Amino acid sequence: MQMTKNVTLARAEALPDHAPIKINAMGINVFYGEKQALFDVSIACPDRAVTALIGPSGCGKSTFLRCINRMNDTIVGCRVDGRIEIDNEDVNLKSLDPVVLRSRVGMVFQKPNPFPKSIFDNVAYGPKIHGFASSKSELEGIVEHSLKKAGLWGEVADRLHQPGTGLSGGQQQRLVIARAIAVNPEVILMDEPCSALDPIATAKIEELMDELREQYCIVIVTHSMAQAARVSQRTAFFHLGRLVEAGTTEAIFTNPTDPRTQDYITGRSG
Amino acid sequence: MSEHIVKSYEDELTQLAAEVARMGGLAEAQVASAVDAVARRDVALSEAVVGRDERLDLLEIDIEKRCIRLIALRQPMANDLRRTLAAIKIAGNLERCGDLAKSIAKRALVLTETEPVTPLTRSIERMGKLVADRLREVLDAYTTSDLSRATAVWQRDQEVDEHYNSLFRELLTYMMGDPRTITPCAHLLFVAKNLERIGDHATNIAEIIHYEITGETIAAPRPKGAAI
Repeated sequence: MQMTKNVTLARAEALPDHAPIKINAMGINVFYGEKQALFDVSIACPDRAVTALIGPSGCGKSTFLRCINRMNDTIVGCRVDGRIEIDNEDVNLKSLDPVVLRSRVGMVFQKPNPFPKSIFDNVAYGPKIHGFASSKSELEGIVEHSLKKAGLWGEVADRLHQPGTGLSGGQQQRLVIARAIAVNPEVILMDEPCSALDPIATAKIEELMDELREQYCIVIVTHSMAQAARVSQRTAFFHLGRLVEAGTTEAIFTNPTDPRTQDYITGRSG
Repeated sequence: MSEHIVKSYEDELTQLAAEVARMGGLAEAQVASAVDAVARRDVALSEAVVGRDERLDLLEIDIEKRCIRLIALRQPMANDLRRTLAAIKIAGNLERCGDLAKSIAKRALVLTETEPVTPLTRSIERMGKLVADRLREVLDAYTTSDLSRATAVWQRDQEVDEHYNSLFRELLTYMMGDPRTITPCAHLLFVAKNLERIGDHATNIAEIIHYEITGETIAAPRPKGAAI
């Protein structure tokens, strides 16, 4: 009964924006062995918008993020129940290949993780293995397009064959974003993508998110309240494995309804 | 409400509210003294009110600086953001109240040089007390974060308007009856108008408190007397 109620809430909650729902999570519970990390989380993320997940360390926001592209499958002893849909399609279907899923749902991590390959190969890798390019020139087109979208082209066009690991931290982060974009995803997940970057590199990534959201559904986990406020249209607050409150970013940061949200975003001990 | 993890942040917010309360106390005293000066034809008190106005101006600047500092250095969110914005807006309203009180005090000075029109002065005094009460009520609501008291002030602005309208008619009657009273009556009319505006500032402050506490602006249109 409880679950049904939450499902209804999750569906209704995203409606005010009139944005189509891209990701719809319903009654998600996650267990690491005996320990339960997420409790009955239901949330809807609209398409072409940035949804920020905030909350104290260990609140389950990254765990939730990993459910969306089934990264938790790779963790031994991890069990996910509940239902996550992308475009009304269950991502946990046994028949759905996680590799295919992850090409639709790209992910960017806290620490930039370019492959130990050239800049070009970093971006070309995905399209190659997924067979997206039939010719060399087509592949070059994809690489250029992706690097341009990631706002990196101007900085690397003349050294595409140098190692990706030789770039600065901020550039590496944009390189992995280009790599994610290259396989033509629908959703981009970002787990604290700026926490290792300086303010200028951070601003570039934030500007990029703003551009990318015109085309993708972006979900970002961040510890910076200011960043969540700057980049997202919707914000969800997690606490102790539960979704406490989700709503428009403006509402969450000017007038949250739950005292736990209030305490967290204003820096009170609660 | 629980305290901020960073103590100095908590202290800054507390001090900000204390400064606004202090400014409110001063504005309230200025309004009450200005009305007294009119009623008692007190030159010294009038001059004192005029002289003290600068303190309100300085307090407003100080509160503004504190708010800018808070926004720049602490990035207040949610209720803290509303508290900070409320402080800056309330200070603006209080500064206007101070200016209006000063203007009343200046007219009180001029009035001491004209023939007293006693019954009218009594009406002005009653209206002045009413307005000063509103201001005190709303400032008490601010310091105690009392939503129902703030809302009560907001709902009762009509009484001030009604007082003003009846004073207006009374003044007209006097001026028509005896043209020699036109000079003092015209001054009293301005005094009444200034008091009515102070009443409006009190209701503005009530609206700000409502937003600060609830995060919502008052939706309903404010009850208003007929405008003159």
